[in-house]
Amino acid sequence: MSEPVIIVEGLTVRYGDDTILEDVSFQVYGGEVLVVAGGSGCGKSTLLKHMIGLDIPDAGKVHINDVDITTAEDEELRNLRKGIGMLFQSSALFGSMTLSENIALPLLEFTKIPPSTIDLIVKMKLGMVGLAGYENHFPSELSGGMQKRAGIARAMAMDPHILFFDEPSAGLDPITGAGLDILIKRINEGMGTTMVIVTHELESIFAVAHRILMLDKSKKGIIGEGDPRELKEHSKDPMVKGFFNRQVMEDKNRGT
Amino acid sequence: MSLENLNVMTSEMKSLFEDKSPSELTIDLVGVEYLDSAGALLLIEMEAEAKTRSIPFKLINLSGKGQGIMNLLDRDALTARPLAPKERSLNILEQIGNVSEDMFDDLIQVITFEGELIMEIVFSLFHPLSVRWNDVLSYMKRVGVDGLPILGLISFLLGLIIAFMSSLQLKQFGANIYVASLVGIAMVRELGPIITAIVVTGRSGSAFAAEIGTMRVNEEVDALITMGFNPIRFLAIPKVFAAMMVVPILTLFADIFAICGGMVVGVLGLDLTLYTYIQQTMQALEIFDIVSGIVKSVVFAILIAGIGCQRGFKVRGGAEAVGNATTSAVVYGLFLIIVIDSVFAIILHYIG
Repeated sequence: MSEPVIIVEGLTVRYGDDTILEDVSFQVYGGEVLVVAGGSGCGKSTLLKHMIGLDIPDAGKVHINDVDITTAEDEELRNLRKGIGMLFQSSALFGSMTLSENIALPLLEFTKIPPSTIDLIVKMKLGMVGLAGYENHFPSELSGGMQKRAGIARAMAMDPHILFFDEPSAGLDPITGAGLDILIKRINEGMGTTMVIVTHELESIFAVAHRILMLDKSKKGIIGEGDPRELKEHSKDPMVKGFFNRQVMEDKNRGT
Repeated sequence: MSLENLNVMTSEMKSLFEDKSPSELTIDLVGVEYLDSAGALLLIEMEAEAKTRSIPFKLINLSGKGQGIMNLLDRDALTARPLAPKERSLNILEQIGNVSEDMFDDLIQVITFEGELIMEIVFSLFHPLSVRWNDVLSYMKRVGVDGLPILGLISFLLGLIIAFMSSLQLKQFGANIYVASLVGIAMVRELGPIITAIVVTGRSGSAFAAEIGTMRVNEEVDALITMGFNPIRFLAIPKVFAAMMVVPILTLFADIFAICGGMVVGVLGLDLTLYTYIQQTMQALEIFDIVSGIVKSVVFAILIAGIGCQRGFKVRGGAEAVGNATTSAVVYGLFLIIVIDSVFAIILHYIG
């Protein structure tokens, strides 16, 4: 197995009196696709936000390429982030810009590449996600699935070595979702990008994951880790088994 | 048995229990053509009522579909206590405490943000290439050019009103000519910068808050951060720079429009000539008055744009939060303008 590129140690997150994650530790290895899975409200997206430093944890450390992002200086963090891409749940494309402006933005700001080459890079990235020819469209003119693809193209603008995905197939029909899974797999295999994907879609997990990390709301942390097929077959944890077999767990608390 | 006749049936049920006090209750649903969840609810209430009165209760001839609806209803949910969020009922002291704490936190946040903003402004002055000048130009148009008609109209009318009201008094002493001085000094020193700041707060401070707030809701600000951008430098600096450049110019326009308003009254109502009016205005005004008005307006511009952006960045949640941010950007902006203007009044009094 290759070297770990992300190391999470003892991550603890609280919102007021509620503890969301408690003492969570794991590693993400170079080139792998790690899926963070679990039911709604188990802290998947919270974990992701802390892994890219959008929020500061109450305790614990997150190292990306040997930089502790919980204590890093702003400038160091910004430089680190230029090598990281993220696809947000809502795609988060800039509504006032066309797709080509969205993708060209980091290239124009952070590199000295001439505009004609940037145009070419934009075309290439759009082509990679199957959106060739949509340079001059605004995000609002695209369907949800196309926006997600455009979001991936923007996340890949700077050829990052790590890509984060927050529920990539949320709100998409099964076919579009499956298409996105294929795209994610192709990028991973073609470019060797390390990927961390938050999702609860079983089909996506089996389609893309090399390894899966299962979180649970009641345990406030990891309840299973490993190859998804092996976990499904061999895990003795009733919650892990329940998740894979889509069994409704008996829960006395209403509203979960 | 449906939602439409629920009221009728509920009153029938009540009278059934109260008037007849049955010793046993069997409901035969053979004639029921239609049963929805409201009808099922009534049946369950009857069952519960019978239970409290210790009357044996039986439902017969319930159709398959009816049984399905009955099974769907969670009897426990009807009596379950609502899951109240913690600390919902606070006493008055706690509420005062919370509000004071929020206000204090808010003040600290505003000061911190304005501090960061000033540091970024200084950085941008030394690194002019880092500023997104295209955005600055676009905001200059939105804040300045687009705001000029309404500001011009308000200032013109303000000048007109001041001249008219003061002329009523000054006429009695034959001091018509001093209307020009009064309008000039009042507008250039105080009212010009203030009225411009108020118009810009209402038009642009609120727009900045709404724009950045919506970007926060759509995760666009988070996207900028993860792409390695400094959101203050990227989003706030162009707005602040545009405001800093345009608000002083708008202030000068406001002064000129107001003087024109006063001139209309002076020439048409007080029989002054255009030349004497302008001459008198020029005599009354000093360069110091104009410069102090402009300096003031630059400070107002930083405040207005800064507060607008800060309120936008603070948005958490959805559409309602964006609305609140917009309102608060205007209210807080106006409040700070008045406070800073008072500080200026004191400082200028000693300098002047």
